[in-house]
Amino acid sequence: MTTLYTSDHEWLRIEGDVATIGITDYAQSQLGDVVFVELPKVGRSLKKAEAAAVVESVKAASDVYAPITGDVIEVNEALAAEPALVNSDAGGKAWFFKLKIADKGELGGLMDEAAYAAHTA
Amino acid sequence: MLARETSPLKQTPLHALHLARGAKMVPFAGYDMPVQYTAGVLKEHLHTRKEAGLFDVSHMGQLVLKAKSGNVGDAALALEKLVPQDIVGIAPGRQRYAQFTNDDGGLLDDLMVANFGDHLFLVVNAACKAEDEAHLRAHLSDTCEIVSLADRALIALQGPKAESALAKLCPDVSSMKFMDAGPRRVADIDCFVSRSGYTGEDGFEISVPAGKAEALVTALLDNPDVLPIGLGARDSLRLEAGLCLYGHDIDTTTTPVEGALEWSVQKVRRSGGARAGGFPGADKILAQFAQGAARRRVGLRPDGRAPVREGAALFADPTSTEQIGKVTSGGFGPSLNAPVAMGYLPTSLSALDTTVFAEVRGQRLPLKVAATPFVPNTYKR
Repeated sequence: MTTLYTSDHEWLRIEGDVATIGITDYAQSQLGDVVFVELPKVGRSLKKAEAAAVVESVKAASDVYAPITGDVIEVNEALAAEPALVNSDAGGKAWFFKLKIADKGELGGLMDEAAYAAHTA
Repeated sequence: MLARETSPLKQTPLHALHLARGAKMVPFAGYDMPVQYTAGVLKEHLHTRKEAGLFDVSHMGQLVLKAKSGNVGDAALALEKLVPQDIVGIAPGRQRYAQFTNDDGGLLDDLMVANFGDHLFLVVNAACKAEDEAHLRAHLSDTCEIVSLADRALIALQGPKAESALAKLCPDVSSMKFMDAGPRRVADIDCFVSRSGYTGEDGFEISVPAGKAEALVTALLDNPDVLPIGLGARDSLRLEAGLCLYGHDIDTTTTPVEGALEWSVQKVRRSGGARAGGFPGADKILAQFAQGAARRRVGLRPDGRAPVREGAALFADPTSTEQIGKVTSGGFGPSLNAPVAMGYLPTSLSALDTTVFAEVRGQRLPLKVAATPFVPNTYKR
């Protein structure tokens, strides 16, 4: 299992040909208290960089982009009932959606943990 | 509203205190202002409703209007040339909400006017203060002196524990009622105190000499009931209270009638009143009092949990292509644990419980017209 990061502050956990995607702890700390999460529909085909989900704080709405191309195979329904999970466990229980990876070649452009740590430093 | 990124931001006398308290600073109306502290918007909002919150609003404009005759009644009569409110009727030690109107009946700014006995004390919005001062000078200089109190800070202390916190430094405030206003000694500092605010809660607004602001705020924050609150929670609190934000919910294109602010225009200035009219745009505004306006500001409650934000287009049904209005303020109400908004609708669709639809990210979300304030206010009348 590998965890990769984007410059837009998303994480991807890669298991076989499935990527689980969420936003980083740094991202949630910048957003503040999350009050609403809108997730993509299961079955939707997402292209890399397409707006896939929305996360809203008291102050503002922010898009979450698909970090890679793929089909949505599962979404985290728990976030609808408890958006604050994004603040309490961004890297774990507050995953957003799972994609069936279309092109593993796209993973080459993402950051590993050390590179992401440098990016947010 | 926001300063251009190239212009240097001004700082309030409390700037260093904000930084020391871990505030996240943002540009607002030309000032570097705290949007939140380490607690975050949600906790700051809820703390203000439950305990007491302290806000730096020193970016707002503070002005003195004094008649050359020395008679405060002459200053009041003069100001009535620019606002549709009964200023003459503000008793000494009292304050009233007002608006500067333009010739089209639109609103140049909204403000607070207090009678301090021998002069009027005005508090205006930060983004409008230079224009407001110029407007006063252009129209009232023949009879009045206009003094900008740029060397004073302004703080707001709001919430159910505001009275007990402020009374420790000025016992007299306990006897003040909502919209009482006047000079008070607070912690041995000469201040102007009013029992008012912008949160829907009981509370006070305190004008303090800039050099004493940090000492006063530090004394208030020494009380464990009091937390510093940023502009983020100030906005969610005023939205839940159904209060207008100038430049968003009201502006030069909205009249007091369209803005559902009829309550703020006293009968003496309306048709048939002893001092009816005589303010810019009176013909249009008084006609709207008689005949109604085509559109109206309303409270809106989205059905789901998704916030509907400023600028969202409103439609009568899920499919129509004709936009009927728009959201002017919207977000999440932490005390309601639900989204809240306000906006303009055709008067024919402004009745309570009317369902309309907002376009958000390509979807039509249902909202109901709702009474404001969304959260009951707790003013001490």
